Amino acid sequence: MSREPISTASDWTFELLQDYEREIGRVAEQFNLDTYPNQIEIINSEQMMDAYASSAMPINYHHWSFGKHFLGVQNSYRRGHMGLAYEIVFNSNPCIAYLMEENTLTMQALVIAHASYGHNSFFKNNYLFRTWTDAESIIDYMVFARNFIARCEQRHGVDEVEAVLDACHALMSHGVDRYKRPYPLSLQEEKRRQVEREAALQQQVNELWRTIPVAESPDAPQEKSRYPEEPQENILYFLEKNAPLLEPWQREIIRIVRKVAQYLYPQRQTKVMNEGWACFWHFHILHELYREGLVNDGFMLEFLQYHTSVIYQPPFDSPHYSGINPYTLGYAMMQDLKRVCESPSEEDRIWFPDIAGTPWQETLDFAMRDFKDESFILQFLSPKLIRELKLFSVLDDEEKDYLEVTAIHDDAGYQAIRESMSASYNLGNLEPNIQVYNVNVRGDRALTLRHDMHQGRPLERESAEEVVRHLQQLWGFDVILESVADGAVRQRIVHSELGP
Amino acid sequence: MTYLIDRRDNPKQKSAVNRQRFMRRYRAQIQRAVSENLKGRHITDNDRGEKISIPSRDTNEPRLYHGAGGRVTHVVPGNKEFTAGDQIPRPRRGGGGGGGGKASNDGEGLDEFVFQISQQEFLDILFDDMELPNLTKRQLSGVEEFKRVKGGFSSDGAPTNISVIRSMRSATARRIALGASKRTELRELESELERLPDTEEAQPVRLELEARIEELRDRLTRIPFLDDVDIRYHRHNKEPIPHSKAVMFCLMDVSGSMDQATKDLAKRFYILLYLFLSRNYDKTEVVFIRHHTSAKEVDEDEFFHSRETGGTVVSSALELMKTIVEARYPVSEWNIYGAQASDGDNWPDDAGRCIELINRLLPLCQYYAYVEITQAGDKPLWQTYSSLSKEWSETFAMQHITGPSDIYPVFKELFRKQGA
Repeated sequence: MSREPISTASDWTFELLQDYEREIGRVAEQFNLDTYPNQIEIINSEQMMDAYASSAMPINYHHWSFGKHFLGVQNSYRRGHMGLAYEIVFNSNPCIAYLMEENTLTMQALVIAHASYGHNSFFKNNYLFRTWTDAESIIDYMVFARNFIARCEQRHGVDEVEAVLDACHALMSHGVDRYKRPYPLSLQEEKRRQVEREAALQQQVNELWRTIPVAESPDAPQEKSRYPEEPQENILYFLEKNAPLLEPWQREIIRIVRKVAQYLYPQRQTKVMNEGWACFWHFHILHELYREGLVNDGFMLEFLQYHTSVIYQPPFDSPHYSGINPYTLGYAMMQDLKRVCESPSEEDRIWFPDIAGTPWQETLDFAMRDFKDESFILQFLSPKLIRELKLFSVLDDEEKDYLEVTAIHDDAGYQAIRESMSASYNLGNLEPNIQVYNVNVRGDRALTLRHDMHQGRPLERESAEEVVRHLQQLWGFDVILESVADGAVRQRIVHSELGP
Repeated sequence: MTYLIDRRDNPKQKSAVNRQRFMRRYRAQIQRAVSENLKGRHITDNDRGEKISIPSRDTNEPRLYHGAGGRVTHVVPGNKEFTAGDQIPRPRRGGGGGGGGKASNDGEGLDEFVFQISQQEFLDILFDDMELPNLTKRQLSGVEEFKRVKGGFSSDGAPTNISVIRSMRSATARRIALGASKRTELRELESELERLPDTEEAQPVRLELEARIEELRDRLTRIPFLDDVDIRYHRHNKEPIPHSKAVMFCLMDVSGSMDQATKDLAKRFYILLYLFLSRNYDKTEVVFIRHHTSAKEVDEDEFFHSRETGGTVVSSALELMKTIVEARYPVSEWNIYGAQASDGDNWPDDAGRCIELINRLLPLCQYYAYVEITQAGDKPLWQTYSSLSKEWSETFAMQHITGPSDIYPVFKELFRKQGA
């Protein structure tokens, strides 16, 4: 079938964008992409920098660090050190995508396919997003958060609030639950519960820190076990519930930062998959448009140029190298998965007996729904792709004065590389594993945190000291951070209320 | 369902509050950077902002992350020659072969956090805690410009100001009013004509009626569509614009004893004063007067760069300033500021004349500041002037400057907020 192309010029208009959006949506539906409704917003560069500065949240509370981020971006943009992203997409319902006004028409079509259909369907269907984020209520919740913090600023002063936020931000990466499931809440519900929480929480804390002696039953065990009984990974949650001296509003602020951290957590766990999925679909959708004759050769040439530069992976010895490009890895793996389904080789039949030869759309859909980067790579990184990217693994051991190549892209190395690659996307390894270990409830109320050293990796000392200082402010009493390896304490950072 | 929204016209600066918060938090560092940057500015270079850089370690946000050390396995693309078991000498920079994603955390990163502030912010920071003394006195004086504001309609005016709508409206009203009785009569006659039986004997009456109707119609068409009396004009009222303006007199000794370094110090002081004044007034003029034994009004370039030799008679400059004020800057309109820089030398016999002149000048001035740029102790002019500061504590101030680092503090001291 041959039809007239939608456009032949490179400048976009709203009518043309609507035409493209309609056609892209139609094709996406043919491919069974399940998405939230779309809200596409055209913004200019200044607004794009605003979006950068507030973690792409359409609404956020005020904090100096966002201002700093904005100034940093603005300065490097003005001096030409960096270009701005073509789009930013936010995980909400409707799914909000920001498009830069400077983009050409081709680029706009590309980012509509990429963000409004690729990312959008990933947000809606991946199990991490489904479990941890609630796209319906996030905007409401951020409105609540912003207003609550503004009210606190009026009542308690900007400096007071800033101090709490600074401390919370320092602990943000350790303010997420990795295993428990949160409940979605609406704005009204959140408000009502906030008031209840305020009262209840303070009572609980008071109970824990009761100073009136209780008559001890004679058969009570003499040495009480640690508090908390099990180490807790969510430091912010622990502080919110247990810090003895905090005011109710300070607890609520901790909670807000914790919620935001939790909301953004799945994005960090699925960077490769999410981008891979979006690139895979913009590629297929635009090719389908081309096949139908809705876009012309010029459009495709321009599109392919953007596409290839986005998924380019410089080799490790190139001056442009800065780690594995998640777009490359994700896109290549998605395409590879399709290839394994459609035309598996002998090797693929051995490595992927379950999926070789299955319908590709169903298999990809399954992969998108039920994996995160770590498990996706462990499951689907194929020997062929390892060869194509010429991956090899290097061990950096501080006890040796050389680096050792442990595996390369050959039969002996595939499995090892796959495992190392997967491990390098395991946030549990990337971020230091620090848990609340003990509170000296009966004594000086000192809080002990334990850093369980992974592969002997120490904490960055200077920054960790700062964080412990913030932690001490929230806790109110001494705070000790111990790095433990093989049962022995290797590093110890103490911050007492009287100063270090 | 897809919504396509054009947000480009939404207010920008969503981060404005966050930006302010940032500026507020690092006020001290930014202030230091601003007074540092002052060195490179020109006296009337008033339109640009400033690049501020503050140490990035001050602005770091601490996080818990891994430092260098331990055992880390990196997976790296683009293998060309390695096989398993190869040993590579460790590159001399902590992190190792890969893991470049964390480079900004592992390595030192950039030492400076750099950003731009606007001209307004620059001045706000520069003149934080300072104010112009006696500013209120003639703040609103100097009314000489007017702006035109709309003031309803009038029946006479210039053709360019015709209000078409109003004119047509009154024309319509006039046409209705003038034609009303004729139209009523016309309608009556017409219905009478209708009722008239179509007979011979009615014919004369019919003719008479028809003639009358014809006449009425004719008269109705003769009512003019638009008449002179209909025309309405937009009316404009003149309103005075409150206007404040200031003139700044820069007085400097250029005798042989003033070397280039001393003049540079004076220049920086004048820059500050100019910036400060132009921030407070709509219009700021500068008059440069240099003097040795005689005084002369010059332009900026000559003021700072030409050299003269000879002795020093300060009263000549004061005399000239007074003459210029009387000739060009009526006190009722202008806020007058004097700034005198000197190394403190003066002709001994001139002291009495100086005191006399300055006593006559000070009532005219909003503020008069004298800075003495010298390494030595009290010079003749300082002694001459020191009696003034008690008598004229409101309008006169004097300070010592010994080096570049003094200028800003001295300036701050001269213009510090009253009671602050």
